[in-house]
Amino acid sequence: MKKLLSLTMLLLLIFAYGCKRKDDPKPNVPTAPSLKLSFKNFVGNDTLSLNNEWYQNANGDSFSVTMYKYYISNIVLTKDDGSQFIDTNGYYLINSTDAASKVIDIKNITAGNYTKIQFLVGVDSLRNVSGAQTGALDPFFGMFWDWNSGYIMAKLEGNSPQSPNLSKQFVYHVGGFTGENNVLKTIQLTLPQKATVVSNSSSIIEIKSDVLEWFKTPTTISINSFPGAMNGGKPAKTISDNYADMFTITSVITSME
Amino acid sequence: MKGAICWGVSICFVLSIESCKTDPNLNPEDPYSFQIPNGWPKARYNFENNPVSQVGFELGKKLFFDKRLSRDNTISCGSCHQPFSAFAQIGHDISHGVEDRLGTRNSPPLFNLNWHPSFFWDGGVNHLEVQPINPIQNPLEMDENFTNIIAKLNLDTDYKSRFSTVYGNDSITTPRILKALAQFMGLLISHQSKYDKYKQGDASFTASEISGYTVFQNNCASCHKEPLFSDFSLRNNGLKPSAVNDSGRAHITLNPADLYKFKVPSLRNLKYTTPYMHDGRFSSLEQVLDHYATGIHSSATLDPLLMNGIQLSSQQRSDLLVFLQTLDDEAFIKDKRFQEK
Repeated sequence: MKKLLSLTMLLLLIFAYGCKRKDDPKPNVPTAPSLKLSFKNFVGNDTLSLNNEWYQNANGDSFSVTMYKYYISNIVLTKDDGSQFIDTNGYYLINSTDAASKVIDIKNITAGNYTKIQFLVGVDSLRNVSGAQTGALDPFFGMFWDWNSGYIMAKLEGNSPQSPNLSKQFVYHVGGFTGENNVLKTIQLTLPQKATVVSNSSSIIEIKSDVLEWFKTPTTISINSFPGAMNGGKPAKTISDNYADMFTITSVITSME
Repeated sequence: MKGAICWGVSICFVLSIESCKTDPNLNPEDPYSFQIPNGWPKARYNFENNPVSQVGFELGKKLFFDKRLSRDNTISCGSCHQPFSAFAQIGHDISHGVEDRLGTRNSPPLFNLNWHPSFFWDGGVNHLEVQPINPIQNPLEMDENFTNIIAKLNLDTDYKSRFSTVYGNDSITTPRILKALAQFMGLLISHQSKYDKYKQGDASFTASEISGYTVFQNNCASCHKEPLFSDFSLRNNGLKPSAVNDSGRAHITLNPADLYKFKVPSLRNLKYTTPYMHDGRFSSLEQVLDHYATGIHSSATLDPLLMNGIQLSSQQRSDLLVFLQTLDDEAFIKDKRFQEK
């Protein structure tokens, strides 16, 4: 009888937990391992500075940056034993004007020695066709094309004297998730050293993105002849092919508590 | 004692299961549940992740008819999608946005949307829930953004209370607005025309209606597929491009093979939805049939089915027009649930 009672109590607890609202604060477990991805935006060797700093692209065009945003999703971390941690349902919008957005705290990371990381620049096709999304995918953020459904995977806007527009702006909105001009890019990087994720520790993987890569390899972009990409298709694909190699890992830091 | 505890535990157990339930189709008699009419195909949108309810529908209706969704508070969704016009705008080839701005396309009627695989004349939008973003943000239509809309709605205590009832707290967000609108739009189901009653065996057709039905089946049904009267494909039906030179589907795909293709509209409720075609160029069905008889403009992307137009005798034509009237659904346009007040 006692057994039956504890079993029913256990079931009750499970159900109570199952119905709990998702945003209920979890009890603090001091020993949980922690892993963060810290995105650092650069232009070449310089930390990206918005609006007033002038840079030069591979074509020799002078430019400043007024907006720089990109989605990171489908993060997969591989351990030295080959097993993987998948960050299910993690969608993050890295926004250069929002410091908090640049640090991704990987939820429920499991302990292990991580050696590789993989992620998508953008939002997978399923989430592009599944209606009104929440969190970082909320259409409120202006990263959703309203007349031609789908997310803008990455945005770069700025000014350049070489721009043929009266406003002297250039505007690259990179989107399109189907067919030959699919811009989704899966990035695979090997960590320069293992990220040892264990209890009572926190690890930070620093990932650099380099804006200069938007303008070069394989296609050198002249702002004068290519001041805008706003409607998917070939222009967007060209830029995504360029920025596919813009990420590098600059450091892996693990600190014990 | 132990028995009493066990009972208490079991009751809590049942209650906690009950509170987890979100099945929207619990009660088949509920006019605010989603029912697929007899003989109709599966719907594309079944309110997954958006359980439909009367309070959700009513919130969506209030938003649909609320002019605060436009920049200068002059235009609501309902301005260009009027219930008595089967949620099109009767008598307008194109509708007026804020400051009387004019777009280039005819406001389409809204019904049976849960069966549509895509939205807008060019099929550019892929899901009912994200459809409203387009007219709300389009500078020629409502010219508003969600930051402003949320600020305006937050000033209205009735909205706060409605969002709270529907979503459990009074936070007003873009996805919540969109899901409520989808609840209203998704329940706009037109399935009570004479044709529907005939198919269910509840009405009979006259001789003229029967022969018109045959004319329809032999000449129109491949694109205007029953029972929704569209296959929702995108086709070039031989309209000569106007000065606007609307490229249609090619605007979305950037593919020349899609030039001048537009989504096949349903033939339901034609009585209430004049004028016709993507730019509203024809004000009568006679003009539409004249177009298919003698007006087909040949081009590289013309639908192969229309190479020779549609040739009908005058008897066939008048029978067809009689049959098309059986698709008018007066019960739908007068449905109390769908009226603004």
